Amino acid sequence: MLKDLRILRRSPGLVALLILYPVVLSVLIGFALSAGPDKPKVAFVSLVQPGDDKLELGGETLDLSSYQGQLFDAIDRVPVDCDGKTALQCEQAAIDKVESGEAIAALVIPEDFTDRLGGLQTLALSGPPTIEVFYNADDPVKAAYVEDTLEARLRDANLALTARFTKVGLSYLNRVVDGGRIEVPLSDDIELLGLRRSEELVRRVRPHVAPAQRAELDEVIRFSRLGRENLDFSGPLLRSVSEPIRVEQVALDGGDTSLSSFAVALAVAVSLMFVTLLLAAGTLALEREENAFARLVRGLVSQTGLLVEKAGLAAVCSLVICLAMLAGLGLFVDLDWARLPLWVVALAVAALAFGALGVAVGAVTREVRAASLLCVMLSLPLAFLALVPSGSVAPAVYDAARVISAVFPFRPTLDALDAALNDSGGLVAPLLHLAALALAFGALARLALRRFA
Amino acid sequence: MATATQSALVADGVAKRFGTREALRGVSLSADRGEIVAIIGPNGAGKTTLLSILAGIQRADAGSVNRRPREVGWVPQQAALYAKLTVAENLRLFARLERAGDPEAAVAEMLELTGLGERADDLAAELSGGNRQRVNIAIGLLGRQDVLLLDEPTAALDPRQRERVWEFVLGLAARGTTVVYSTHDLQEAARHADRVVVLADGEALFEGSPTALGEVVEREGGSHSDFEEAFVAFLRHRGH
Repeated sequence: MLKDLRILRRSPGLVALLILYPVVLSVLIGFALSAGPDKPKVAFVSLVQPGDDKLELGGETLDLSSYQGQLFDAIDRVPVDCDGKTALQCEQAAIDKVESGEAIAALVIPEDFTDRLGGLQTLALSGPPTIEVFYNADDPVKAAYVEDTLEARLRDANLALTARFTKVGLSYLNRVVDGGRIEVPLSDDIELLGLRRSEELVRRVRPHVAPAQRAELDEVIRFSRLGRENLDFSGPLLRSVSEPIRVEQVALDGGDTSLSSFAVALAVAVSLMFVTLLLAAGTLALEREENAFARLVRGLVSQTGLLVEKAGLAAVCSLVICLAMLAGLGLFVDLDWARLPLWVVALAVAALAFGALGVAVGAVTREVRAASLLCVMLSLPLAFLALVPSGSVAPAVYDAARVISAVFPFRPTLDALDAALNDSGGLVAPLLHLAALALAFGALARLALRRFA
Repeated sequence: MATATQSALVADGVAKRFGTREALRGVSLSADRGEIVAIIGPNGAGKTTLLSILAGIQRADAGSVNRRPREVGWVPQQAALYAKLTVAENLRLFARLERAGDPEAAVAEMLELTGLGERADDLAAELSGGNRQRVNIAIGLLGRQDVLLLDEPTAALDPRQRERVWEFVLGLAARGTTVVYSTHDLQEAARHADRVVVLADGEALFEGSPTALGEVVEREGGSHSDFEEAFVAFLRHRGH
């Protein structure tokens, strides 16, 4: 093993690759997890006059600029110079930004936005306000992204406003039930009696009415009661209009691992696979390329001992590299360091399984280059197969993918690392699976050594 | 032929088959202490297979060898050493694997024996073919076995490098090491070997001194001016 370490030390390119690979991978993954995609550049113009962005709605003052703030968080705002320009010129300036490529879209809030929005709670028939969005569709991907972003933000705003308007509508209905004052634009306020008070008044008058006419009053009383009771149901109904469907998500299978935590497990599993496979296969094949294998196994070293040494060396190296990688990823993602012993166990057992597969590849190929090529060609499809989600392919294909994944160490490694890192599922089953694979590939490598010299 | 009690190395009736092809058919040979034996024959005659079996790298299907693998030194045709280790590191590694009592002393001895003391700290990759072969032979000697097997030790070496290797091997034989080697170079065999074994199609057709081979050819009515012509005539007479 010391000899192999010395040879590794004298292979600076390989050592640099082994160290830099996980470092670069962990930094890239870290940045990918901690930073979202680039915000779309959007030219934003609000033609609403300063001071006109407040709206009385449902008895509360609504600051429309707060909705602009939410929107600005989701976009990269491209400033539009509107000083000394008319509303039309200002809108054209925003469109120019799109046409020049400076912005992928322009979003224009019209001058009468607040008035029209406020009009929705009155009997004024001005119609809802309209926001104009101008797209640059040269880049379909970006166009789709900006559409999604703006639509999502406007949907949020619409939802919030719907809730406010529902509240206003309910207040009107409450006045129909309980009575009160209603504001009417361009006219005097109206004082409503309300169904409840109407019923009370009729009930009070009823004893003083001739018995022959009481039946008619009873009809009025019944109408008031039924109307009041039925209008009591309008509250939940209107609230359900604003959000008719609510989503409650229940994960039926697997743990509650977040995407970033799973990405960490995945990145470490991929690194462990590549490093261990390449080292184990390469160091074994090197013995043959250096013609040393025949000399070694003439009683100096047993063939099984040689395989154990190569797999062990690769496992130790990849364990160290993956722990360093986890330390690097820990700068970006929250990792539970109290679970470190479980990480080490999962990494060690997985590394041994990959080491056994590596020496089997090295024994079969018998050349460093062929071994390296086979390792890469084997690793990538295995990783992809192990990540095929159920339901994304035909059941028979999925079952085949599961069987193939179960025969190689990547899937159980991913499960073991996910369990060790994120407390997602049991750790024992994937460890036993990996141990069984280590023994199986070790036996295969031992068989392949018969024609190795 | 020397008897088993006198001989340092004895192989008796060694046979080896690869699928349907018989690589060796009951080959026997022996070599005395300090003797140099050359195994010669055309390509595919079974020379390397015989040496591999004598060295314990391959198992014979039949027959026996009186030495266990660890009791003979083995020098493969291609230098079996690590290019990224220095000369001294290669020797030290194999000295430890051979469980030499004092690995450092063994390394020093081999460096002196090979005349590579000044190159001790050079990487094996930086050595010439001749020097690599000297290190290769030195590694084969680290176990201090008294029998040394060499598979085409001077193949692909230039004449000067060949001469240096032979000086080294002859020195070992002079100190009592039994040397059995295979070669295609018949002049080298005639010049350095005490005895030659002629193999053809896995069969040992002759075992004796180079001079004796010429005498056999003459007895069979053939003529020759040197060992190479005698060898060719010998094989032709037997249909090879």
